[in-house]
Amino acid sequence: MLPPVTAAIAANRFGLGARPRDLSAIGGDGRDWLRAQLMTPPLLADTGLRSSADILAQGLSLQRKIQAARRNGAAANAADEPAVAAVLQKLPQYLRPIYVSEVTARFADAVATERPFTERLVHFWSNHFAVSVDKQYLAGLAGSLEREAIRPQVLGNFSDLLLAVETHPAMLLYLDNHQSVGPHSQLALRAQRRWGPRRIGINENLAREILELHTLGVGGGYTQGDVTTFAHVSTGWSIGGTGGRFAGGADGRFQFRTEVHEPGAKVVLGRRYPDSGFGQGVAVLRDLAHQRATAHFIATKLTRHFIADEPPAAAVERVAGVFMHTGGDLPSVYRELIDAREAWEQALAKYKTPVDYIISGYRGLGLPVDAGRAPLAPFELLGQRTWQPGSPAGWPDRGADWDGASALMKRIEWADAVGQRVGNRADALELAAQMLGANLTATTRSAIGHAATASQAVTLLLSAPEFMRR
Amino acid sequence: MPRMPRREFLNLGALAAGGALLMPRLSFARAASGKSRLVVVILRGALDGLAAVPPYGDPDYARVRGDLALRAGDGPGAALALDGYFGLHPALHFLHDSFTARELIVFHAVASPYRERSHFDGQDLLENGTPRAHAVETGWLNRALRELPGPVEREAGVALGQNVPLIMRGPAAVTSWSPSKLAALDEDTLARITDLYATDPLLSVRLADALAADAIAAENTGDEAMMGKRALPANTQPAQPAPRQARYAEVVHAAAGFLRQENGPQVAVFDTTGWDTHANEGGGQGQLAGRLAELDAGLATLRQQLGPKWNDTAVLLITEFGRTAAINGTRGTDHGTATAAFLLGGAVAGGRVLSRWPGLAQRALYQGRDLAPTLDLRCVLKGLLADQLHVPSRALEKTVFPDSESARPLEGLLRG
Repeated sequence: MLPPVTAAIAANRFGLGARPRDLSAIGGDGRDWLRAQLMTPPLLADTGLRSSADILAQGLSLQRKIQAARRNGAAANAADEPAVAAVLQKLPQYLRPIYVSEVTARFADAVATERPFTERLVHFWSNHFAVSVDKQYLAGLAGSLEREAIRPQVLGNFSDLLLAVETHPAMLLYLDNHQSVGPHSQLALRAQRRWGPRRIGINENLAREILELHTLGVGGGYTQGDVTTFAHVSTGWSIGGTGGRFAGGADGRFQFRTEVHEPGAKVVLGRRYPDSGFGQGVAVLRDLAHQRATAHFIATKLTRHFIADEPPAAAVERVAGVFMHTGGDLPSVYRELIDAREAWEQALAKYKTPVDYIISGYRGLGLPVDAGRAPLAPFELLGQRTWQPGSPAGWPDRGADWDGASALMKRIEWADAVGQRVGNRADALELAAQMLGANLTATTRSAIGHAATASQAVTLLLSAPEFMRR
Repeated sequence: MPRMPRREFLNLGALAAGGALLMPRLSFARAASGKSRLVVVILRGALDGLAAVPPYGDPDYARVRGDLALRAGDGPGAALALDGYFGLHPALHFLHDSFTARELIVFHAVASPYRERSHFDGQDLLENGTPRAHAVETGWLNRALRELPGPVEREAGVALGQNVPLIMRGPAAVTSWSPSKLAALDEDTLARITDLYATDPLLSVRLADALAADAIAAENTGDEAMMGKRALPANTQPAQPAPRQARYAEVVHAAAGFLRQENGPQVAVFDTTGWDTHANEGGGQGQLAGRLAELDAGLATLRQQLGPKWNDTAVLLITEFGRTAAINGTRGTDHGTATAAFLLGGAVAGGRVLSRWPGLAQRALYQGRDLAPTLDLRCVLKGLLADQLHVPSRALEKTVFPDSESARPLEGLLRG
């Protein structure tokens, strides 16, 4: 028999924060409520958002115009400098509104969803396969990576999820693979015949991060030689219409380029892969997806996310075991997490990230996600801009990474601003019981009950120790 | 209820319930060791040391670097001369002036004990001060602060940012600070939250640390950057991104504001990013040049903001590892091994490049691809902590850098 805090843990740790009637709807056993969410993929409702191919094709077309303007500007001896500068601004100006629309749609969905567990899983995988919008084009593409590659696969098989992500233009651009060239490819040999020895070759960024961050994990048994060979395998994984030698193919879509693919059989992690063009890289990814190191790495990250910063070893082993014997069937893996006794033993084991904190506040108080730039503001203020972790490792997932003094003060200031905004419409004491359930302490209840104003009561609720954690 | 700026609340000492908890931490005790200051800047993403400090005297350099090689001499795009063998990237004007003024030491072919090529493990090890990634969950700088002579109960370090990076995490009391864009809380609400956190060991300490940092920050009244945009109403949109040259202006203003305080923290740390130049790195101009120019401008501002305090300050710039000697297929560089590091400041016995140069001939490269490490970064760190912060030698060996016997502290890094 599980302790009665189950609904509060289900809604706040596994979900994105309880809304006023959620805990009573969940009832006595949160596990059923969580399992029931794993039926259909968490696609975004029709939002009018565009496909990555569409977004990128228009961007590439714009970029060609910019390059032409740059050449003309240089030819005109910089007489047209203001005009050139104006054109150069066009790409960020084009991408920025796309980013705002994507963030708004994602945020609104997280606040409104009836299936917050699957939505949290989307956030988890989006962070596992992190891209960062501080790189060119990613502001326009990070949202579509999540919508097109992650959401449809999040309740599928890890292997399919992996392949969908690694062939998405956003990831190929982010990790520089689209212009990586095999040193003995047709294109490289042609270039050498024409121009003599010149620097043409691979970029190992994508290969390294697939091994280190997406599959085996650092220490997962690969060598520098495996990184280099895998980078050779993945030459040719490119994007249509990206200019110069890479102009061919449909603008903005995944394009396998035979002419830049490094020919020949290759050995990765001791296994030989005959050259089958695109299929060679697919075969390596499929094998990586089923490695024991991958199962352990994914299980560790999931257990850290859903149970505790220091994931209990026994739970990790069980989750990894299910990953292995189901061949990476993700819903089975999630169900093992739900069934983990360790998940229910300690309430409030995780310190919320700023995103968790903001979304749970919006859900609990029923705050509207407005249009315009406003939805971006809380994430900026609290230090976790959507899809901008700054590195392919994604955002960290331990309390020590988020519990800084200044970070806490920012949350309290935000709580105060929210209190000012909604205080006169909210019954904080009633909300506290509905949002925090069994986690609500007598200290917090008393503090809210004795607040000087309704606004202050909301501020105290959002500042409470049990609301800072999940 | 009156809405009073937090700094006035603190200065008035109008501490309501919970105030007793805050009071002892509000005063940053002056370090018994005196006035020396240390700033640590982490360059996350692996700085290309061969681009930042081009060894143009090396006969293999131009061949290895190809189109991206920087040349010696005058004119736009040429490296700034250091000692005839090494130059500085042309974007690093301030660092070059500092070298000429004997306030900069450049270390080259330096590396931490890490020999793999993961950013994240490399950074972990750079910060945790042990030879293994994830070996401990505290940072060497924090453990050093714990060894400072003087009273135990004080915040001797500040991280500029919302959170504290690993290098500064640990048993010694430190805080973090970043400018606020929302209105300050009124005193009554703040006192109630302090009460609410009284039995929460983590949040009570964090809140007290935040208030202590704000109190120090508030002493710099009239310093607009230091006070952030605290006066703006809650719903004001954050400003547009600052111009590129000014990327670090806010953070260095804040760092200087803390370090200028006689009773303030002795050590400040902040992060920079954008050094992971896998594609289109550029040479004298381009992507990396832009990043270096921003960093250089930030350091110049730091010097200017520190005023006379600069004379007591050392600024350390470190990165997790270097990049490949050769250019890759996308006009960038992939993850490598040894790189450059910098020690800057009025307290530094500068004007020197310290390097046992391994060379760039193919046979000299580490694993046939990277600049080979010939100097253990911990030699620099130990020498610096011993001379600038007077961390006892025994502590350096035992707790700050465990398992570092092979890395002897470099002596004479600072003006005697």
